[in-house]
Amino acid sequence: MEKFEVFSGVAVPLRRSNVDTDQIIPAVYLKRITKTGFEDALFAAWRGDAEFVLNQPAYATGQVLVAGPDFGTGSSREHAVWALRDYGFKAVFSSKFADIFRGNSGKQGLVAGVITDEDTEKLWAAIEANPGVNAQVNLIDRTVSIGDLTVSFEIDDYTRWRLLEGLDDIGLTLRDEQAIVDFEAKRESWRPKTLPAKGV
Amino acid sequence: MSNKPLTLAEKVWNNHLVARGENGSPDLLYIDLHLVHEVTSPQAFDGLRLAGRPVRRPDLTIATEDHNTPTWDIDKPIADPTSRTQIQTLRNNAAEFGIRIHSLGDVNQGIVHVVGPQLGLTMPGITVVCGDSHTSTHGAFGALAMGIGTSEVEHVLATQTLPLKPFKTMAINVDGVVRPGVSAKDIILAVIAKIGTGGGQGYVLEYRGSAIRALSMEARMTICNMSIEAGARAGMVAPDQTTYDYLKGRPHAPEGADWDAAVEYWNTLPSDEGAVFDAEVFIDANTLDPFVTWGTNPGQGVSLLDTVPNPADIEDPNERAAAERALEYMDLKAGTPMKQIRVDTVFLGSCTNSRIEDLRAAAEIIKGKTKADGVRMLVVPGSAKVRLEAEAEGLDKVFKDFGAEWRFAGCSMCLGMNPDQLAPGERAASTSNRNFEGRQGKGARTHLVSPLVAAATAIRGTLSSPADLESN
Repeated sequence: MEKFEVFSGVAVPLRRSNVDTDQIIPAVYLKRITKTGFEDALFAAWRGDAEFVLNQPAYATGQVLVAGPDFGTGSSREHAVWALRDYGFKAVFSSKFADIFRGNSGKQGLVAGVITDEDTEKLWAAIEANPGVNAQVNLIDRTVSIGDLTVSFEIDDYTRWRLLEGLDDIGLTLRDEQAIVDFEAKRESWRPKTLPAKGV
Repeated sequence: MSNKPLTLAEKVWNNHLVARGENGSPDLLYIDLHLVHEVTSPQAFDGLRLAGRPVRRPDLTIATEDHNTPTWDIDKPIADPTSRTQIQTLRNNAAEFGIRIHSLGDVNQGIVHVVGPQLGLTMPGITVVCGDSHTSTHGAFGALAMGIGTSEVEHVLATQTLPLKPFKTMAINVDGVVRPGVSAKDIILAVIAKIGTGGGQGYVLEYRGSAIRALSMEARMTICNMSIEAGARAGMVAPDQTTYDYLKGRPHAPEGADWDAAVEYWNTLPSDEGAVFDAEVFIDANTLDPFVTWGTNPGQGVSLLDTVPNPADIEDPNERAAAERALEYMDLKAGTPMKQIRVDTVFLGSCTNSRIEDLRAAAEIIKGKTKADGVRMLVVPGSAKVRLEAEAEGLDKVFKDFGAEWRFAGCSMCLGMNPDQLAPGERAASTSNRNFEGRQGKGARTHLVSPLVAAATAIRGTLSSPADLESN
């Protein structure tokens, strides 16, 4: 994973709450077996609407998304994060994220920062006053700035550290290989095993 | 060890600790059972191949085909080439990595969350994960069961563990006795309407109280299944005799001394007297009506006896805006009685409500009745086994005589990854779990309902409860 410290890109105001993962990427796009190339699927149902924010020229190259509360609810599909990432987004801000979406973001180098509802309004106002303006996301300080406006965001220490260092989760876990082996040695025999297969 | 009273979730968590996180890093938990399907796994297997890693425990992993599978003509090649490729990819990966798979046509094929319990692989006190948010279903057994993303699927395949931050706990107390015509689906829709789609965020929910104890295992699965619609990471019910009776004798259930040892441990799992939950919610089962949704998220629900709410009455500006947008999408007017809403399609299926009890309950209501003109009804059993069981009981004949389509097993119209979709503007009463915009087809409109309401609605053509049939 690439390291993330400070990033600057076009900010996009998404004035909607409850943006579920079916809206971020409809199920029909989940049939692909690749992990990239999902940019066309992002917000697919809304992209046909000329008024939709990403269809406005000032926001078309957006990289920092500011959305309403309860972003990423519903399905566990990591494709939602891939679609945002493939479109070019590096960071998403909301006052509330669904747990699985937030977890998936951290695995793919997408910053999911929690801000207050009040700061969401301030960022929206700052962006709409100057469409196409850049937002600077500083993961070291946990701040996002647009012009003179700087607001703080929350991201848990562990995810922040992994993003700053660009670390791979599986590699981190395998440092505990011996602990896993020890745990498996005392696993009780009543616990489920799929093999050898029964009931077939 | 301290003697601090613990909740069910905390006990299962502690029992699976491989390494405790330090300095804010997550705990590493062992995963007892990993369920795999075709949609969220191909990129995970690719990751393993790229890194040259094997699947650590094929014997704790099982795959089935469900999201893309057709529910007609299953003996023919899958028409959609991308669906076909995705399923073939799962078969290839299962063969390459030595994973057990139940493919289309196999008696154990079906929705992954129906198959696990059916085989007796889901049991109390274990950890279960799957790249699917409705993995919460398995919590009905007193398992800690969570939906995960594809990176986490790869992580579990490689290490059989998952780094997880501790959750908060929430008790959902449902006491009393539900009235006839009210089922588990109505209880969970009422819970979600009460706490909201984000109300469970960061929590493991534990469903407790006399109304939960009185439920069958399949009804408990319906409840736990929709925990994710309240934003919760998992939902659980403490195991009891109902759990043991359901599990005993299933193909992978423990036997002999293993069974005795397991029950001895399982009996220690219920939350201790005095255990403290981070939050508590109370629902009075005695006064619950059948519940249905009017909007485009599962929290936008009301009693079937109620009317479409007026957004102007909603205080929170975000929720008000969401309600306004939902009414526009759903083409509904505030103040319309829910029972006047006419539907085009009734869908009985999905990991929420496609088990044998769901089919029996619906069949009992429609038996000898006539389907409303112009209404289409799809019945999609949760697994090939459920379908066979239903046919042995003659339920297929009841559905067919009524004019419903009797289909093969899969996720089907719940999310329309296969050809089972609604047309734009079409309206459905659906026993599934999500009424999101476009979920069941582009421009499609979904009302979430129980199997009982689905059956009554198919007869009357408008959203109805079984009680409405008697007054005819």
